[in-house]
Order: sequence, then C-alpha cells, then structure tokens
Amino acid sequence: MNFHAVKAIYRTEMARMMRTVVQSIVAPVLSTSLYFVIFGAAIGSRISEIDGVSYGAFIVPGLIMLSIMTESISNSSFAIYFPKFSGTIFELLSAPVSFVEVVLGYVGAAATKSVIIGGIILGTASFFVDINISHPVLMLLFLVLISVSFSLFGFILGVWADGWEKLTIVPILVIMPLTFLGGTFYSISMLPPAWQTVSLFNPIVYLISGFRWSFYENADVAVGISLAMVIGFLAICLGVVWWIFKTGYRLRA
Amino acid sequence: MQSVISIKELTKTYAGGFEALKSVNLDIEKGEIFGLLGPNGAGKTTLINIVCGIVTKTSGSVTVDGYDNVTDFYETRGRIGLVPQELPTETFETPFNVARYSRGLFGKPPDEGHVEKVLKSLSLWEKKDEKVMMLSGGMKRRVLIAKALSHEPEILFLDEPTAGVDVELRQDMWNVVQSLRESGVTVILTTHYIEEAEQLADRVGVINHGEVILVEEKNKLMRELGKKELILHLATSIDSIPAGLEQYKLELSEDGSELTYHYDTRGEHTGITALLGALHGAGVRFNDLNTKQSSLEEIFVGLVNKGP
Repeated sequence: MNFHAVKAIYRTEMARMMRTVVQSIVAPVLSTSLYFVIFGAAIGSRISEIDGVSYGAFIVPGLIMLSIMTESISNSSFAIYFPKFSGTIFELLSAPVSFVEVVLGYVGAAATKSVIIGGIILGTASFFVDINISHPVLMLLFLVLISVSFSLFGFILGVWADGWEKLTIVPILVIMPLTFLGGTFYSISMLPPAWQTVSLFNPIVYLISGFRWSFYENADVAVGISLAMVIGFLAICLGVVWWIFKTGYRLRA
Repeated sequence: MQSVISIKELTKTYAGGFEALKSVNLDIEKGEIFGLLGPNGAGKTTLINIVCGIVTKTSGSVTVDGYDNVTDFYETRGRIGLVPQELPTETFETPFNVARYSRGLFGKPPDEGHVEKVLKSLSLWEKKDEKVMMLSGGMKRRVLIAKALSHEPEILFLDEPTAGVDVELRQDMWNVVQSLRESGVTVILTTHYIEEAEQLADRVGVINHGEVILVEEKNKLMRELGKKELILHLATSIDSIPAGLEQYKLELSEDGSELTYHYDTRGEHTGITALLGALHGAGVRFNDLNTKQSSLEEIFVGLVNKGP
C-alpha cells in the first residue's frame, strides 16, 4: 500500500477544487438556492404538506441528493478524464499504485467535495425552511455512501469516455432525468399506481427515499432496502474499477 | 556486470494486429548509460512503456532488480523514473507542485529540500511558482525531467529527451545525465540524435521492426563496424583511376581532385604503404591527405538499412 501516493493524489485533487472554488462550490449552492426560490417558495407555498412535512422542507433531501450525485460524477470523471486527454495519465500508470490507491485518492477527494457541498446546501436550505434531521448518523452514512458510489461511477465514466461529449452525455441524459423522476420534488405515492410501479425500477428512488427517511422518517420504500441498494451500487462500482485496473481497460494499450 | 533490467522473449502485438515487439531479449547493466537507437516505429517507446507498466505485454518477462514488473510492480515502478517523448504536463500547476506530487505518487515521503535541489539542477528554481502552461517547450521538458527525478529513481528512462530543444538545453541535459551516472543511476536513453548516444552512451542497442538487432559497447561497435577512410587531395585532377590501382578499390571524386581509400584498422595490413607506393609508381601526386572515422550515425544507418 502506497500511502504517500494516496496523500499526493488526494491533496492535488482537493487543491484543484480550491482553484475552481466558484465552479466547485458556489455554482451548486447557487443553483440549489434557485430551486428553493422556485419550487420551495414560489410554487411550494401553494402545495400542501406531504406526510406532515412542508413542501419546502420535503424537497431538501432530494435537492442535496441531486447536487451530490451530479457533483460526484462530474468531479471524479473530470479528474481521471483530463489526464487521459492531456496525456499526463502516463505518470499514474507508471507509478507504484494499484486500484486501491487510485480509488482512495481520486474517489476520496471527489466524495469529500460532495459531502462538503451537501453540508453547504443543507446549511443554505436552513435559511429557507425549518429542517429536522431525525437520524443524523444515518443521514451522514447515506451522504457518504452515495457520494462515494457516484464518485466511483464518475471515475468509471471518465475512464470509459473517449471524448468530452461522452463525459457529459451520461449525467445529462441518464442521471439528471432519473433524479428528477426519482422523487426529488415529490413522493412517488403521489403518482398513479401504474407509475408508482414504474418508478420502483428507478434506482435513484431508493437513494432519495432512504436519505429523506433519515430526515423525516417518511419513505417511499423501506429504509433497509434503500441502504442495501446503496451498498449494492457501491459494490458494483468498486468491482468495475477493480476490473478496469486489472485489465487496463481504456487505460493501458 | 549485474543486470538491473532483464527482458526475456518480450513480445507485443497491439489490438489492431501490429506486432510492435518480436521476442526481444535485452539486459541493462547497473549504472550504465544505455543508448537505445532505432528509426521511428521501431518499437523503442513500446519497449520502454512495457517496462514502466504503461503498456501491457503480450508475452515474455521483464524483471527490474530481480522483481517481476507485473506481479511485483510496487517494487519495480518505484525504482524507475520516466521522461516521456511527448510533453504532457499538468497545465494549471506549478513546477514545484508537480514535482512534489510526483515524489508522493512514487511512494516517497515529502522532502521539499530534494525537490528544490532537483529544480535548481535543472535551472527551474526561478520558475517554480509559475504555471506550467506559461513555460516554453524547453522548460516544460525540464519540468518532466524534474518530475522523473523527484522520487530519486535508480533507473531513468529518457525517451527522446532533447527532441526539439535548443543547443544550450541539450548540453545542460547531457550534463545532468552525466551527473546521474556518477551518482549510480542507470540511464536508458532513446534518441534520434545519434551524436547524443555517441557522446553519452556506454553501450548501444539498435532496434528495428520490433527486433533488437545489435547490442554492443559503443566504443567496440565503432571500432568494429566503423570504417576508416584515407582521402588524398590530388595535385592535379585526373579523369579516371590509373591502371594497376584496381585492387585498392579507390573512389574518385566527381571533379577528379580526390581519391578515397577505405581500410580496416583491425587488419594486419591496412594497405596504405602499398597504395602510396603504387600511386607514386602510377605518377599520381597529391598535396594533402587526411583520414576519417565513420560516425555512430553512419554505422546506425548502415545497420537499419540492412532491413529485417
């Protein structure tokens, strides 16, 4: 195990975030605040409570999930794609590091950024609505696990992408629609029964539901199932990253 | 001499079917400067990239200091520094930060003193806080060398290190390579500038069409394969080589003012004395003469032109 390498990668990635602080932190906070203004205040004030929670407060967990999923993917996919694009990947491939050091360094940094952003959005939201966190440890666990899982997913995306278009196509055409349709702004119990069934095929539903349960103890699916889904997704992504380094897929000729 | 890198029956066939390396065997000795020469596409970079772990081999084995470079890659890669042919650099970072990053990535604890020493040895200290994107091509090349040296490698691969750099920088790099050798670092150098290998290398390997066609001590190679020429500047130009001189296989210059005689210094008799006597007998007078040794470049061109 090369701890110095983990530290070097992590430190460099965190420094990159500080260099692009507007893009990394201010932008997601601003866009989330706009969601609150539009959906929480302007439209939300006309929507009745959902399971005893005001609409503004109800959407907070979904908005945090929306941000950390997109930021995790964006940060880690860029972190590995840019060295591939610029050619500096040669150094990582020739260094005494395995997938363990790479995951801890790149994915650890991307997940850290996401958790920080999640915390900032939570803080921002508290200016707009009253937030109650019933299970803070579980909330933190969901936050960390989902940040890590989607950072791993982003890493896989960055390795797979062979152009800038592919790098953005998955977050925009797959993740964003699934998140919007996954209960960010509503409870799936508000849908007609047929669409409720369809929604259960959307994995994001389980993540948002579980995270929301840690706040308000309201969930579309059992929290245990949500947790299992997150851990399952994490395990699959870890397995894929391990396979990438074992085979050199799209990294080594 | 002890081998620090041992390559056995190494082959590489790329996905498209191109056979870049064909059963390469090569041993690099500890502490030497090894010049790996070959035309474009000969397989030099593929060979280096396999040793460093960037390209996956098809078959064969590579050991570094006795460790297999696939199963014991922590041991092998930490010993190696690589300066690639291209100029890929972290555009938005500073030379100091990228060198410090490389040191950590290769498993060495932070040592800003060493990073400073490396940057100063490459005349980069003044630029240590400038963004890499603002540096000239030559300075970027120095940054790559600084990165490779930051983790104190025992083996350094320099893949075309002086391609596109000015004469001054080339001389600086040669000095750096010499000082590395003095400190015990093994250097493997690929270059298109044969003069560079002639100047620096202890041994030379020639690779062509994925095969190592020759490995030899540079001086021995030049002695054995190098030809000597005796050039006679004639007092009066002649139209053709006089009769009776055919056995010397002389070459007459186009303007008829020079005669060139090729001879082998290893031979018991060079034939020079007899030639001079025969020229005198044929009435050919000359007012000057000089000798010329083949350069490594001429030997190299002769070798690769033989074909596979």
